[in-house]
Amino acid sequence: MKLSIGAMAEPGSTRTNKTGSWRTFKPIINVEACIGCGTCSMFCPEGTICKVADKYAIDYDYCKGCGICAHECPVKAIEMVLEGE
Amino acid sequence: MEIMEGSLAVAEAVKACRPNVIAAYPITPQTHIVEEIARMVADGELASEYVRVESEHSAMSVCIGASATGARTYTATTSQGMALMHEVLFNAAGLRLPIVMTAANRSLSAPINIWNDQQDAVSERDSGWIQLYAEDTQEASDMTIQAYKIAEDRDILLPVMVGMDGFILTHVHEPVELCPQEKVDDFLPSYDPDHYLTPKNPLSFGTIVYPSTYTEFRYMIHEAMKRAERKIIDVASDFRDKFGRHYGGLIDTYEAEDAEVLIMAMGSVIGTAKDAIDELRADGKGEKVGLVKVRCYRPFPAEAIAEAVKSAKAIAVLDKNISLGYEGALHTDVKSALYKENGPLALGFILGLGGRDITKNTIKNIAEKAQKAIKSGRVEKDSEFVDLGAL
Amino acid sequence: MQEELFAPGHRGCAGCGAAIAARLILKGSGKDVIIVSPTGCLEVVSSPYPESAWKVPWIHSLFENAAAVASGVEVALKSLGRKDEAKVIAIGGDGATIDIGIGALSGMLERGHDVTYICYDNEAYMNTGIQRSSSTPYGASTTTSPAGKVSFGENRPKKNLPAIAAAHGIPYVATASIAYPKDVIKKVKKAISIEGPKYLQIHAPCCTGWGFDGSKTIEIGRLAVETGLFPIYESTEGKVTSVKKVKRKPVEEYLKAQRRFKHLFESEGGEGELKKIQDIADANAKQFGLDL
Repeated sequence: MKLSIGAMAEPGSTRTNKTGSWRTFKPIINVEACIGCGTCSMFCPEGTICKVADKYAIDYDYCKGCGICAHECPVKAIEMVLEGE
Repeated sequence: MEIMEGSLAVAEAVKACRPNVIAAYPITPQTHIVEEIARMVADGELASEYVRVESEHSAMSVCIGASATGARTYTATTSQGMALMHEVLFNAAGLRLPIVMTAANRSLSAPINIWNDQQDAVSERDSGWIQLYAEDTQEASDMTIQAYKIAEDRDILLPVMVGMDGFILTHVHEPVELCPQEKVDDFLPSYDPDHYLTPKNPLSFGTIVYPSTYTEFRYMIHEAMKRAERKIIDVASDFRDKFGRHYGGLIDTYEAEDAEVLIMAMGSVIGTAKDAIDELRADGKGEKVGLVKVRCYRPFPAEAIAEAVKSAKAIAVLDKNISLGYEGALHTDVKSALYKENGPLALGFILGLGGRDITKNTIKNIAEKAQKAIKSGRVEKDSEFVDLGAL
Repeated sequence: MQEELFAPGHRGCAGCGAAIAARLILKGSGKDVIIVSPTGCLEVVSSPYPESAWKVPWIHSLFENAAAVASGVEVALKSLGRKDEAKVIAIGGDGATIDIGIGALSGMLERGHDVTYICYDNEAYMNTGIQRSSSTPYGASTTTSPAGKVSFGENRPKKNLPAIAAAHGIPYVATASIAYPKDVIKKVKKAISIEGPKYLQIHAPCCTGWGFDGSKTIEIGRLAVETGLFPIYESTEGKVTSVKKVKRKPVEEYLKAQRRFKHLFESEGGEGELKKIQDIADANAKQFGLDL
C-alpha cells in the first residue's frame, strides 16, 4: 500500500470494511406488511437500508444488527432473527 | 535601502509573499510584526483575511484550516504563545501543511521574563517544523520569503519557523533593503497544492493511523526534513541570484579556514561574535578564532557542521537555551554530530537567557577557555553557565 | 434518491446515536460542505486510515480546536474566492465542544465566521470510556462520577451551552434530537442558509455509555424530550423563536431505562435525587413553555 502524504483517505472508503460480520440478530423486512414510510432507513446508524421500488431493503454486508429499525417500525414489519436460523 | 525596525522589515516581507490568511494573537515581542500587518490590511495595502484569534492555540489552528483549504498562511508568536501552540505545531507538521511562522524568540516562564533567548523555539525542535534562525533584520526579512519557497515545495510540504531574536532583532532599527514585489512574485509563485479541502475532490484529512503505519508516516516527515537540507541550500542560492543577498545555506562560516577555535551559535549573537573575532584577530597576538553560524537548526545539518569544524582544535557552542538537567541543546546536537569524526574538543556555554546581554568580552572569555582546553588537551567542563551571578 | 454521504463500514457501535446524527446532518447539508471534526468518538469511528466514511471533504486536527480550524477553512474560502463552493460545518462531541473547545468556539462565534457548529451531545467522554463532561446530566453515573456509597453520581447540572452560544448574539441557535430526524434535517438546512455563526446542539443517546440496548437509541432520545429533560427550541439573536411542545411524561420513564441512572432507583435516598431531576424538567418546562 502506498501511503498518502499526511494520511489522507479516499471518500467513503470504509465501504471496504463489511460490518455485517458483527451481527448477532438479523432484521428481516416483511415486504407485505411494509408501508414504505422510510422510518427504518432514516434511523439506521449505518445508512444501509435503501428504498427499492416503494419498499425498503437491507444491505446485510453492513447491517450490524442493532435492531433500531425493528424497534421503530410503526407497523412492526421488521423481525429480528438470530443469525444462522 | 531604508532604516526600519526589524518587525516592520519582516511585515514587509510577509506582505510581499501575499498570504491569503493571517491569524495572530498578541504577545511581546511579536506585537510590532502583527500590528504592522494589521495596518497594511486596514489601509488596503494587503488583501489578506486577518483573523484576530482568542489564543495562539487558535492562531495555529486557523492556519491549519486555511492551509488545508489551499490558502497561503502566516502567523507569528513567541514564548508562552509558542508553548500554548505546542500540540498544534506537531499537528501542522504531521498534516504536511506549509505554514510559515515568525518566532520572535523569547524566554519561557517561570520566572516570567519577556526578553530574548531561544528556549521557546528550541523546545519545539522535535515538532517537525523546519527551524531557521536569522542573524540580523535583513536576513529575517529575506528568510521569510525563502521560508515559503522551502515549505511549499512538493518534495518538502512542511511548516517553517523563522527565528528572530526578540527585541534584539524585532525592535532594532537597521538599514534594510526590501524585496521589490514583482521580483518576489517571480521568485515565489502562488501556492498551488495538489490536495486541499474541496467538494470537487472530497478527501479526508487527519485520519487516525494505527500502529501498523504510524511509524511510516513519521518516517515520511523525517525524510522530507532530510530533503529540506538540499532545498534550503538551493533556495538560498536562488535568492542570491534573484536579489543579490546570501547568508549561507544550512550554515555559514566566518574566519574559519585557519581557526583553531570555532565559536558556534544561532541568531543575532552571530554579529557580536564576528566583531569579537575581528578584534581578537586584529590585536596581533595571533588568536586563531573563527565562527560557524548555524542558520538551520532543524533539519540539523550534522554533516555540514562536521565538515566545517574538522580542522579546528576546539569548538565553543553558544546556547540561549538549556535542556534543564543536561546542557544547551545546540551543544548536545553538535557533539553528537562530531562523535564519529574524532573532532575537536567541544565546550558548551549556556548564556543570553531571559535577555541578558552577550558582550564581546563574554565571547573573548569563551574563546580563551577554548584556547586553554587546547593547551591542556582536555575539556574541563562539557557545558557551563556563562557570567553566572551570586545565588 | 439522495446519495448517502456518510458511508457504511464505519466502526460505530451497533445502535450508535452519533452516527445517526452524522447521517442526518449530511442529509440536511448536502454534498457542498466542508466538515471539521474534533477528536472524539465520531472522528475515530469514521476515519481509520486508509478508510473514511465521509464522502464530503473532511478534516480532523485536534480535540479543542475544531471551531478555530473551521474559522480557518471559512476565511480561506473567502480569500481564495471560493465562498460559493461549500458551507463550513464543524461537528463535535460535548467534551470537545462544551469543555475543552469552548474557548475556540466562543472565539469563532464572537468573530462572526460563517460556520455552523454542531455539537452531538451524548453527555460524557465516550471515546475515552464514559468519563463525566460538563454536559453530563445531574445524577448520571459515569466512570469519573460513579455512584457509590456516599455518591449519587454526577452532582452538577448540565452546562447550558445553547444559552452561552446565544449570549454571543449570533443569528441562530437551536437544539434538536436524533429522535426527531426531520427536525434535525430542517434545522441544519436552515442553519447553513443563514450568514454568520450558528450553533446547533443535537441530543444523541449513546447505548454503550448510557447503558441501554442498541435498538432503543431513538426511544431513549424521544423520552429525553418527552420528559422535558432535553428541551427542543430555536433562538435568534438571543430570543427563543420556536419550542417543541410535549405531553410531558415523568422523568422516571426516561431514567429507569438507563444503567447510568440505575442507582437512583436502588439506593436509599434515591427518591430525593429523582425529585431533583423532576425539578430540572419542571424548570425547563416553565422556562420554555414545553407543556401542551
